Amino acid sequence: MSERAKPNAVFRFFDRLGRLSVAGLEELGRYGTLLVESFYWLIFGHRIGQPVRIGAFFSEMMEIGVRAIGIVGIMAAAIGAMLAIQGIYSLKIFGAEGHVVFGVAFSMVREFAPLITGILVAGRSGSALSARIGTMKINQEIDALEVMGINPVRFLVVPSLLAALIMVPALTFMSMIVGLWAAGAYVNFALGMSLAAFLDQTISILSVNDLLHGLGKSAIFGLLIALIGVVNGFMVKGGAEGVGKATTRAVVQCISAIVVTDMLFALVATL
Amino acid sequence: MSDSKQKPTPPAPQLPTVIEVRDLVTHYGTRQILNGINVDIVQGEIMVIMGGSGSGKSTFLRHLMALQMPTSGTIKILGNDVWDLSQKDLFGLRKKLGVAFQAGALFSSMTVGENIMLPLYEHTKLDRLTMQIMARMKLEVVDLAGFEDLMPSELSGGMVKRAAVARAIIMDPRILFFDEPSAGLDPVVSSQLDDLILRLRDAMGMTICVVTHELESAFKIADRITVLDKGDILFIGTVDELKKHPSERIQNLLNRRSEEAEIDADEYLRRLMGEKLETEGMSR
Ligand SMILES: Nc1ncnc2c1ncn2[C@@H]1O[C@H](COP(=O)(O)OP(=O)(O)OP(=O)(O)O)[C@@H](O)[C@H]1O
Ligand SMILES: [Mg+2]
Repeated sequence: MSERAKPNAVFRFFDRLGRLSVAGLEELGRYGTLLVESFYWLIFGHRIGQPVRIGAFFSEMMEIGVRAIGIVGIMAAAIGAMLAIQGIYSLKIFGAEGHVVFGVAFSMVREFAPLITGILVAGRSGSALSARIGTMKINQEIDALEVMGINPVRFLVVPSLLAALIMVPALTFMSMIVGLWAAGAYVNFALGMSLAAFLDQTISILSVNDLLHGLGKSAIFGLLIALIGVVNGFMVKGGAEGVGKATTRAVVQCISAIVVTDMLFALVATL
Repeated sequence: MSDSKQKPTPPAPQLPTVIEVRDLVTHYGTRQILNGINVDIVQGEIMVIMGGSGSGKSTFLRHLMALQMPTSGTIKILGNDVWDLSQKDLFGLRKKLGVAFQAGALFSSMTVGENIMLPLYEHTKLDRLTMQIMARMKLEVVDLAGFEDLMPSELSGGMVKRAAVARAIIMDPRILFFDEPSAGLDPVVSSQLDDLILRLRDAMGMTICVVTHELESAFKIADRITVLDKGDILFIGTVDELKKHPSERIQNLLNRRSEEAEIDADEYLRRLMGEKLETEGMSR
């Protein structure tokens, strides 16, 4: 070690940069492979006697979707009310608080409902997925599956992936409704506009396009959450500490991916 | 190490070879773990794999069950070359293999019964009652009858291992693998597990590969023993051949236990201090 000349700082920086880029690309590759493999099992699994189990899919839908209804509902209501409060407060400056419905309707349906749902599901299920798969990995349960001739991607990943793909948009749709309802309730309280009038106005403002924008990107959020959770779980090394690290990493990556994707969506949609 | 030890021992006459390993080399990253290993495992034998910690035993075992691909060399399992296996062949092959991992590797979200039935559920079209009956039969083999509705977390360490054995034999595999079956178990339970292994060979005619640290257990169950050392094969042969082996290295290995038992506290402390100083020196 000591005989070799110490590399200088610039060299070390580029060396590190290079390593990081390679590692990053490798990880991206893993996501791609996992996605392709998942679809392979979904479509061709039954042909080689390895169908994706409906039971597992339903229990994942329960875990990722149904069990999150409470917290997602509460958060959506809080966000909806917040938007109304903030909107009325700032529009008051121009004496235009009657227009609050515009702001609330667009931001809830296009931005906040998908975002808050995605972030909550990332915190609940992205972490749970990586913890579960990571624990299975260090307990050699993944190996056990392989030796039993049960493909872990088909058995563990596909049901979660599919469940997230369906349940995140479903939860998002619910957040939209709950959020708008909460906003309407506040507007009713602050401006005396009836809830029916608020909803009427909301519906006339929003187009199907806005709805699809919100739901479409939430489906991508769902896919990202499941993929990131699973990949981090499979990458676990070492013991319980490794699982902890992977879980934290999964949540951070999920939320970052969601926020960046959201920004890209906004950019593309407004071009 | 002399060359002769690297040559495969000729299989016992008239018994077919179930696993044939030739020039197996493995790397983790750039580190070479196995340095060209040759072994034949013949039908119906209990092959015990021994060696110090980190000598590559678990890695070797993973190769024997086609869980990992070698860097080079060939492995033939039940006549199938692992290099030629398609996804589908691999599934077919794996139905004939059973494994009991070191920590059991039972699925914690399923009951013991569901764990044991899983391979049946995945690979057969039997109805649920038949599967339950088969699972109960295997649980009886491992003395766990009546425990099928418990969760793995409700079992003791020895019970988990036995349940793992029941799951490993549910499909009546041709070859059974054990990674450290007796690690972490008290001597009584560990000896029960040894009896179970012997019973599986005698009653079901399985070929069994066992990785273990325990000399006593190895001597009790082994038909042949393979000793690994830093990725090389130090010895392959019967228990008697091993006990009589002239090599000092092997005799040291066999006597390791008694040597360690004789170390006095002062010596031990000095050694610890010495090692500490040494590692400090290295890190500088
Ligand atoms: N997944 C892995 N990645 C990198 N290195 C590994 C991996 N698994 C094992 N190794 C290394 O390979 C070597 C052999 O490991 P292996 O687990 O086969 O040893 P072992 O003989 O089973 O040891 P033990 O008796 O402690 O279980 C060790 O030096 C270990 O550090
Ligand atoms: Mg090991």
